[in-house]
Amino acid sequence: MRYLPLTDRERKEMKTTIGISDIKELFNCIPSGKCYPSLAEIPSELSEPELIAAFKEMGRKNSFSDHLSFMGAGAYAHFIPEVVSYLSAKGEFLTPYTPYQPEVSQGSLQAIFEYQTMMTMLTGLDVANASLYDGATATAEAVLLAVRKSGRRRVLLAANLHPEYAAVVHAYVQNLPIELHTVAVNEKDGRVDEHDLRAKLDGSTAAFVFQSPNFLGVVEDSRAIAAAAHAREAFAVQVVCEAMSLAYLVPAADCGVDLVVGEAQSFGLPLAFGGPYLGFMTAREEFLRQMPGRLVGQTLDLEGKRGYVLTLSTREQHIKREKATSNICSNEAWCAMRAGMYLAAMGKTGLANAARTCHFNAVYFAAAAAALKQIQVVYPKNFYNEVLIEVKKGSAADFHASLKKKGVLAGVPVSWFDPKQKNRLLLAFSEVHDRKAIDRLLAAMGERS
Amino acid sequence: MTALPKLIFELSREGKIGCGLNEADVPAEAVIDASFRRTGISDFPEVSEVEIVRHYMALARLNYSVDAGFYPLGSCTMKYNPKINEKLAAADELQAHPYAPHDLVQGNLEIMARLEEWLVALTGLAGFTLTPAAGAHGEFTGMLIIRKYLQEKGDARKVVLIPDSAHGTNPASAHFAGYEIREIPSNAQGIIGIEELRAHLKPDVAALMMTNPNTLGIFESNISAIAEALHANGSLLYMDGANLNALLGIVRPGDLGVDVMHINLHKTFATPHGGGGPGSGPVGVAAHLLPFLPVPRIKKSKDRYEVVYDDPCSIGRVKNFYGQFLVMVRALAYLLALGRENVRRVAEDAVLNANYLRKRLEGSLDLPYPASSLHEVVFSDKDLPVKTLDIAKRLLDYGIHPFTIYFPLIVHGAMMIEPTETESKETLDEFVSVMGTILREARENPELLRQAPVQTPVRRLDETLAARKPVLKWSRGESI
Repeated sequence: MRYLPLTDRERKEMKTTIGISDIKELFNCIPSGKCYPSLAEIPSELSEPELIAAFKEMGRKNSFSDHLSFMGAGAYAHFIPEVVSYLSAKGEFLTPYTPYQPEVSQGSLQAIFEYQTMMTMLTGLDVANASLYDGATATAEAVLLAVRKSGRRRVLLAANLHPEYAAVVHAYVQNLPIELHTVAVNEKDGRVDEHDLRAKLDGSTAAFVFQSPNFLGVVEDSRAIAAAAHAREAFAVQVVCEAMSLAYLVPAADCGVDLVVGEAQSFGLPLAFGGPYLGFMTAREEFLRQMPGRLVGQTLDLEGKRGYVLTLSTREQHIKREKATSNICSNEAWCAMRAGMYLAAMGKTGLANAARTCHFNAVYFAAAAAALKQIQVVYPKNFYNEVLIEVKKGSAADFHASLKKKGVLAGVPVSWFDPKQKNRLLLAFSEVHDRKAIDRLLAAMGERS
Repeated sequence: MTALPKLIFELSREGKIGCGLNEADVPAEAVIDASFRRTGISDFPEVSEVEIVRHYMALARLNYSVDAGFYPLGSCTMKYNPKINEKLAAADELQAHPYAPHDLVQGNLEIMARLEEWLVALTGLAGFTLTPAAGAHGEFTGMLIIRKYLQEKGDARKVVLIPDSAHGTNPASAHFAGYEIREIPSNAQGIIGIEELRAHLKPDVAALMMTNPNTLGIFESNISAIAEALHANGSLLYMDGANLNALLGIVRPGDLGVDVMHINLHKTFATPHGGGGPGSGPVGVAAHLLPFLPVPRIKKSKDRYEVVYDDPCSIGRVKNFYGQFLVMVRALAYLLALGRENVRRVAEDAVLNANYLRKRLEGSLDLPYPASSLHEVVFSDKDLPVKTLDIAKRLLDYGIHPFTIYFPLIVHGAMMIEPTETESKETLDEFVSVMGTILREARENPELLRQAPVQTPVRRLDETLAARKPVLKWSRGESI
C-alpha cells in the first residue's frame, strides 16, 4: 500500500528486534474476544486512478456550479487571487502541527501575526485572536467571554442575528447559568428596535449581541446600539457574517463597539459546502486575558532577534484544564493564514475595490428590481451587499424553485429558517457578479408572471 | 544564518498592487450614508504580486512539516497526508454553497453519508455527527449529548470523571457542558483501575471520559468492566478517540461498551493539520443516543440524500452549516484508498513502529510505565543530566521535530513519542541514532543541549517576555 513504507522483510526484522513472532502479540492487551472484527462490509482498496474516478463520479452528482448563484446568508462567493491558492497549498503551511516548537514554526507564526494585525486594522479594535471555528461558534464564544468579563449572566441577542448563529449560541449555553433574551427588530427599517433594546438592557445584562450587516441585509446603527449598551454598562458585541463589509463600513471600534466576532470565509476561502471556514474575534485590550483561542505574540530570541510564539497560554486548556477560558485546541490556523495571504494579495486598494463593487452591484440590482412587478425590495436603503425582497404572488420557495429551473439561484428563501416568513428571499451580490449576471437574474425574475 | 523575513507591512509601499481585479461595471452608487462608510484602511499592505509570493515562500522555508520530515509528536498522529486528497478536495464541482438546494448537491451529501458509514463500520457505534470542527469541539458535543440524554431520563447529574492522564481539553469540554470535574488517579500500571473507578462512582456521576489507548500509549484493559460498572450506575462511557489510530480494524470501541466517542479526522484519517487546524471531530454514539445527535443530519430515503434540520430530542446545532466539509472529503478519500485490505495494517504498522522505537530506546531512557505500548511510548527524563526540553531543542538541530514534551502530566519530563505507520524503518533507525548522539552529548557536554537549538532560523524564544508585554500586532513605528 502506497502510504505504508514498511516492507514485509522489515516488519519481520522489527518483530525480531521487539521479540515477538506474530504482530497479534502486540495487541494482547485488548480483550481477545473483541479483537479482529470482520471487515467484510468495508469496501476494497482503490488505486489512485480508481480513487480519482470515484470522486469524479460523486462530483457529477452535483450541479450547483452549473447555476448562476446569488446565495449568501453567511457564506459568500468572492474572487480569490491565484497566489492565495498557490501559496496556501504548500506543504510547509499545510502539514505542520500547531507551532509548539516556535524555532521551526516561524513561518506559520509570523503569517498568523500578520493576519491578527490586519483583522485589528479592519475592525479598529486592539487585539485579534488566531482564529475560532466559524462565525457561529465565535458568536457563542463572545457570549461566554462577555459573561466571564462582566460577571453578569444575562445576554441579549438581536432577533435579526443569523438564525444558525443564534441556534449555536443556545446550544453552547444550554447547561450554563446564562439567560438569553431576544431584542425585537423594527420592521420599518430592518434594524434593531432601539426602544425594545433599551427596555431589555438592565443592570444584570452582560452584553447585547447584534449582527451588522444583519440577517435582513441592513447595516445597523452601531453607534446608537453601543451607546445604549454602555448606558447600562453592558458590552456591545457586533457579529459580522460578511467580512467584506469590514472594508467598506466605518470601523466598529469607531462606533464604540467592544467586541467584533464573526465569519471571515469571505477572505480567500472557497464556499466549500460550508467549511472549513474561519471564525474571528477582535476585542478591546481589556478582554485580552479572558479571550478564547490561540494568540500569536512577538518576542525576542536568545540573540535578540525578533520572533513569534504562541502566547498567554495560561488562559488555555492544556494549563488551566476546566478553568480555561475555552476548550479550544486545534482551531482554524491554516484558514487564518490563508486569509492573511488573501488580504495581503488584495491589498489596500484591491480590497477596497472588491468591497465597494459588492455594494454597487447590490444597489444596481435593488434599483432595477424596483421596476419589476413580481417583487418588491423590502429595505431599499442601508443594505451593504445583501438585499431582502418580497415576492408579491405565491411563496418565495416556489419563486426560488422556478428560477432554479432557469439556472439562477435567487438567494436563500427566508422560510428555510423561519417558516412564518413565506414570501421573502435574501440575495447576495459580490465582485464575482457583473452587470450581465445581474441583468440575467432580473430578466429571469421578470419573466415570471 | 539567513535574515528573517520582514513583516508584510514593512514591505508595503504606497501605490503597489498585488491583485488584478477590475472595477465594477455598474454605476458607482451607494445607499449607505457617508457617515457609515470608511475612508480607507490605514497601514494596510500595498505589495506587488511577486513580492507576496517571495514573502510567503520565505516564511514557508522557516516551517518544519510532515512533508519535510519525521514528526513523532505524541498523541497528534502526524502521519503523511496523501497529495491526491488535496486535489480531490479542491475540485470545482464540490465547492457548492452550503445552502444549495439538496438536489444540486447529491454528490456532496453522498460523500458525508459514505464517511459516516465508514466511521460506523470502524467503531461499531450506531451513528455519527460530522459537524464538530475539531477534537475538543467533538468532546463538547459528546458531553452535551450525554447531558441531554440524562436530562430526558430525569436525572442530569453533576459530575464527570476524568483520569489524571487526560488531555486538558477533556475537563475544559466537560466544564463548558455544565459539569463538575472529578479527577481519578491512574494506577501503577498507568491505567484506570476498576477499584479506583468504583471509589469515585457516586450516583451523581454522569460519565467517565476515557482516552483509549490513553496518553501513555497504553490500552485501558479494564474497559469492559469499567463500562459495566458505569452502566450499572446509570452513567455513560465517553471515549476520547484521539488515539484511534492504534485500534483501526483491531477492535471496535462500540463492542467494548463505549456510549459516545469523538474521532479526529486530522489525526487518524490523514487530513493535514494546517499548523493548528482546520481539524474535524465527528462524534459517534450508541443506538440509544442517536436521537440526541446535533443537527443537521443526513438521511438517505430511496436513492436521494436528504437533510434533517429539526429533531425534537437533538442537542441542537453546534456549528454553522455541515461542518468542515473539505476535511471530510480528504478523510473519505484516505479510507477509500486504504480499503479493507489496509485499515488493519495501518494500526499494526503504527503499533509495530512504536514498539520498535520503544525497544531501541528503552535501554537509554527511563520508561516509567512498562505496560505494553500501542501506538506511542512515553519516556521520562529521570536520571538524565539535562531536561526533556533540552533534548527536544537539540533534536531541532538534527532536523527532526521533537516528540510531545511534558505531557502527560503524570510523567516527570515526559517524552511522548508517536512515530505513526507512515515512517520507514530507515527513518526510525536514523531517529534512534540521533537520540543516541544527543544522549551522549548530554553526558559529555550538557551545556551544548541547554544552548540548543543553534541551527534553526531563531534560537530559543523568550516566552516570558511575550506574555508579560504582549505584542499581538504590528504597529507603525513601534519596535519591541
